[in-house]
Amino acid sequence: MKKKIRVLVAKPGLDGHDRGAKVIVRALRDAGMEAIYTGLRQTPEQIVQAALQEDVDAIGVSILSGAHNYVMPRIMELVQKNQMDDVMVFMGGIVPDQDIAELKKIGVKGIFLPGSSLDEIVNFVKENVRQD
Amino acid sequence: MKNEKNTAVINESDETTVEQKRWEKETHDPSLKKMPERKIPFTTVSGMSIKNLYAPADVQGIDFNKEIGWPGEYPYTRGIHPTMYRSKLWTMRQFTGFGTAAQTNERLRYLVSSGGTGLSIAFHLPTLMGHDSDHPNSRGEVGKCGVAIDSLQDMETLFSGIPLDHVTTSMTTNAPATILLSMYRAAAEKQGCNAQSLSGTIQNDILKEYLAQKTYIYPPRPSMRLIVDTFSYCAKELHRWNSISISGYHIREAGSTAVQELAFTLYDGIEYVRWALEAGLEIDEFAPRLSFFFNAHNDLFEEVAKYRAARKIWARVMKERFKAKNARSWLLRFHTQTAGCSLTAQQPYNNVVRVAIQALAAVLGGTQSLHTNSLDETLALPTEEAVTIALRTQQIIAHESGVTNTVDPLAGSYFVERLTKDMEDATYAYFDKLDSMGGMVAAIERGYPQKEIADASYEYARACERNEKIIVGVNQFYTDDDPKLLETLYIDENIEKEQIERVQALKKSRDQDEVSRTLDRVREAARGTANMMYPIYDAVRAYATLGEICDAMRDVFGEYTEPEIV
Repeated sequence: MKKKIRVLVAKPGLDGHDRGAKVIVRALRDAGMEAIYTGLRQTPEQIVQAALQEDVDAIGVSILSGAHNYVMPRIMELVQKNQMDDVMVFMGGIVPDQDIAELKKIGVKGIFLPGSSLDEIVNFVKENVRQD
Repeated sequence: MKNEKNTAVINESDETTVEQKRWEKETHDPSLKKMPERKIPFTTVSGMSIKNLYAPADVQGIDFNKEIGWPGEYPYTRGIHPTMYRSKLWTMRQFTGFGTAAQTNERLRYLVSSGGTGLSIAFHLPTLMGHDSDHPNSRGEVGKCGVAIDSLQDMETLFSGIPLDHVTTSMTTNAPATILLSMYRAAAEKQGCNAQSLSGTIQNDILKEYLAQKTYIYPPRPSMRLIVDTFSYCAKELHRWNSISISGYHIREAGSTAVQELAFTLYDGIEYVRWALEAGLEIDEFAPRLSFFFNAHNDLFEEVAKYRAARKIWARVMKERFKAKNARSWLLRFHTQTAGCSLTAQQPYNNVVRVAIQALAAVLGGTQSLHTNSLDETLALPTEEAVTIALRTQQIIAHESGVTNTVDPLAGSYFVERLTKDMEDATYAYFDKLDSMGGMVAAIERGYPQKEIADASYEYARACERNEKIIVGVNQFYTDDDPKLLETLYIDENIEKEQIERVQALKKSRDQDEVSRTLDRVREAARGTANMMYPIYDAVRAYATLGEICDAMRDVFGEYTEPEIV
């Protein structure tokens, strides 16, 4: 049997708006993936640690507070440090246009802004995780 | 409540019912054969089924005098004032807060000079979570979602040049509400204002934080004690101040239906009243200062019905369940904000229209105060241009639309009265369920309302995906090259550095012994049962920071972690 795609959905920073993160978890599960939710206010260290322990194929980060310019570089740094080259990182939330190019440059594979559809996100994950 | 005698809103005679049946057979059904209905589910935004037509038969059993009645009289379905907007328009209160206290001060002065009639402060997340800007968890968050307030010094800057005895201010703060209210009072007194002259609202609604917005610090029980302490403090020290704004706004933003918003908000109110009574307060001593805060989503009639039902249910709860004697205790006064969650990043100019419809619903529903969202709020905090359009939207409704010329103009609409009654009944059903669980704190500890909201939120998202709900510019009528806004507000990353320097300089310059003494008294009060507001006020005046005061309470109360619900 083909191994199920495992995704960690993470909510870093101080913001508690978790509607989006929870909806994504359910949508990924409905699409046949294993989705694990970190709960609120996780530090980048805790998120990467959880991704390692859970042996996930992807990390989806939900941020709407504007803290992405600190949180995402730190997550990418830890992902590299732990040699998690096969883990795809994507994010969703409110990201100003001028920050998008920099986030892509440090390796954030997909950035989903408000209004993105669930199917679009689910398909993106399916197409972009490394499946052996 | 069943009425023995049916006296319809307008006409419910058998003759009318017979006529309706005739109309269906002779006129409606043949027409339907030629022109079938569109193949979509006819529901409210929240999913409540809507019939093709409402007629006198739909309002049978709704007694006009008892259930609808007269504005300014129990049960207040038609409004809390007899004359409503013919006498006084609602307060136009735009939510403001970004960057530093000095930057936000500039925007506040701009709004006052543009005809805004009340201030509303949004604090940044570190302040809401009880951390100073130099706390490690504040990294990346300083000044982003609101204004950075670490101490009384920042609060003084925030209101510099704004006479606090001449404006009303709403502060959106919950877990550290006791501290920010104390800072506001201290800043006002430094301006020479008398505390009893201060007018405004602190949100101070911790229950909805566990339900929806999640900016809690302490566990529910000590948090409830802080709320009760502010009720009793405001009754004595700040008698023109609204001690709470019980908020459905965030519950709706988290994905609830309109009925869930109504039921959980009003039930949160019931829970606060119960705790205050158990602490020995008299109902009429604090109840007149309780206020509410609702969301206004796109479905105009569902929203109007929600506000009308809210007033009626609350009046009944206060009078019949809690035996309040003062008529002011029965009144549900509320602020409304248009639905941030309904706005789209695609074709953002469409948001102006959404906001206008939502604001109209709030006004037709009899709100006392209104915040209209800006068209760019799915992308960033609003620019000055965007916030001005939002404010102008309110002014056009107030002065050009004509809807303020009469009180509760939708009353007597078969549809609105039926929907009002249906929402009321559905709310009482939730009340019964929550009563059976032992109240809202117990229900939250079981995760019940959180799960209800998460389920509704997922159902709504899926309905949009299935195109059962059309979102213009998103799943229908989209274009490949949507016009983007030219400019959005960008919060400079350097603000964080400046704010950290400011709070650290303050910590070096103040009387440290006095700070330590006052913080010890906060800890001591937390361990006992005395009103927390007094030692917190002393600590604030000694320039103890918000993070330090919150930490003193954390030492005693601990921090809350929610049960996992996905």
